Amino acid sequence: MLTEEKIPTKPDNVRTEEMVLNMGPQHPSTHGVLRLELTLQGEIIKECRPHIGYLHRCFEKHAEAMTYPQVVPYTDRMDYLASMYNEFGYAVAVEKLLGIEIPERVEYIRVIMGEFQRIASHLVALGTYGADIGAMTPFLFCFRDREKILSLFELVSGARLLYNYIWVGGVSHDLHPDFVRLAKEFIPYFRPKIKELNDLLTGNRIFIERTANVGVLPLDTAINFGISGPNLRASGLKWDLRRDDPYSIYDKFDFDIPIGKGEMGTVGDCWDRYYMRVLEMEQSLRILEQALDQIPEGDVSSAIPKRIKPPAGQVYSRVENPRGELGYFIISNGTVNPFRIKVKGPSFVHLGIMNELCKGHMIADVIAILGSIDIVLGEVDR
Amino acid sequence: MKSTEEVFEILKGRFGDAISELVTGQPAESYFSVSPKEINKICFYLRDTEELLFDNLMNLSGVDDDNGEKKTAEDGSFTTFGGTLSVFYHLESTSLKHKVTIRVSVPRETPELESVAEVWRCADWHEREAYDLIGFNFLNHPDLRRILMPYDWEAGHPLRKDYKNPEFYQGMKVPY
Repeated sequence: MLTEEKIPTKPDNVRTEEMVLNMGPQHPSTHGVLRLELTLQGEIIKECRPHIGYLHRCFEKHAEAMTYPQVVPYTDRMDYLASMYNEFGYAVAVEKLLGIEIPERVEYIRVIMGEFQRIASHLVALGTYGADIGAMTPFLFCFRDREKILSLFELVSGARLLYNYIWVGGVSHDLHPDFVRLAKEFIPYFRPKIKELNDLLTGNRIFIERTANVGVLPLDTAINFGISGPNLRASGLKWDLRRDDPYSIYDKFDFDIPIGKGEMGTVGDCWDRYYMRVLEMEQSLRILEQALDQIPEGDVSSAIPKRIKPPAGQVYSRVENPRGELGYFIISNGTVNPFRIKVKGPSFVHLGIMNELCKGHMIADVIAILGSIDIVLGEVDR
Repeated sequence: MKSTEEVFEILKGRFGDAISELVTGQPAESYFSVSPKEINKICFYLRDTEELLFDNLMNLSGVDDDNGEKKTAEDGSFTTFGGTLSVFYHLESTSLKHKVTIRVSVPRETPELESVAEVWRCADWHEREAYDLIGFNFLNHPDLRRILMPYDWEAGHPLRKDYKNPEFYQGMKVPY
């Protein structure tokens, strides 16, 4: 990090001034439509102000006019790289409000979908992060493997990106007869690919130079800013809602929670945030292996309520989305329409820390920092 | 680890009348109410006291309680008078692993409450969102601007129950 004192001294008669530069709204490495207003002193960032709302369609207002099951497809469209998990979180929240029990097979299917979605989402994050920094090859490799997961999703739900698969009380279809076999084949296929990614990108000298010691996020700042998910773990806190606030059947599985150790630089730098996602893909594979072996037979639609009319009350329920803590705050007034749904999206909260991370860095580092916190603008703007 | 009732008792002993109305027995969660002028002081206390340590603001959401008097116009749209707007704070402690929900209600005509952005920095954007979509005035907020809607949106706050879409925005037809 460069500070003001390290800038080469200039002759007294040269006039300098701050410059304001708009990065975006159309910029390939803003991952959507985001404008960063950068105040620059030379090449050094003095201030970074994110301007959001370009994709705002007020999901929360829409939801108030819908019945509870009708909201599910809307949740897909928030974090469109992790649609399954958005549905999962919504279903968990409404079920808490209704107080209903879910068949075990459904819970297994949800966990399997959720973990496949986590891998798919991390693959996009890692691939595009490489591409942002200048390594095009990993991007293509990641997308090749992600396609295989999307094909599995297509097999069960009929859609590749926006599934409408996990419903309140169940799932829309039972698994395709071939699904378990194909999913089991994917795991031994994918394990070596993680090593391939490590060889290509993780240990790459240029990549490390660009990311290690850049955008260091200390733990106390991270908690105060409400950071969650891989970004919080990269700062060194063993915090995963699958363990610390268990939902569904995650307590049945054996998996580790990786945390940032600062192997290439400082704890909580961009490289740590990147590497967390690589390690998490391995843990997801472990959960998948166990879940696919243990999945019981059963009816997946027996618990789907005919008419969803929760008693008056409220609930805040959260799940560990690939990006962090995805929370649904639902108020019911006893009718078939939700009175209020507020979504706490991890990307929205994470974007709020951009100014803190970018201050004092060079312009090129903004790309590295923004890519490492892995935002999806569909969820930021909702 | 403390339950909502215990936290309520601790705060009641410390702040007295600023804490009121413990609501329990709902299907999923309990909460209590806090006075809008004291909320930031109470939040500092909640964050820094050794037995509480609420270091994480999970969520902050504004709600239109829709409990005022409604006057319906000829075209079927209505305007609400009186009643309250509320902000819900969901807090948790990452070290002690307990959670609590706080509610602050303000009158619809003067929706003013203290900001907690100094206590938890993530509240900055959450409060901007609540201001933008529901129209709270967070006192002593560092940068209270619209966040999701356009900066020059003049038709009010969309998540209020009596919100009406304007016909035009900057000369453009809505809905287009």
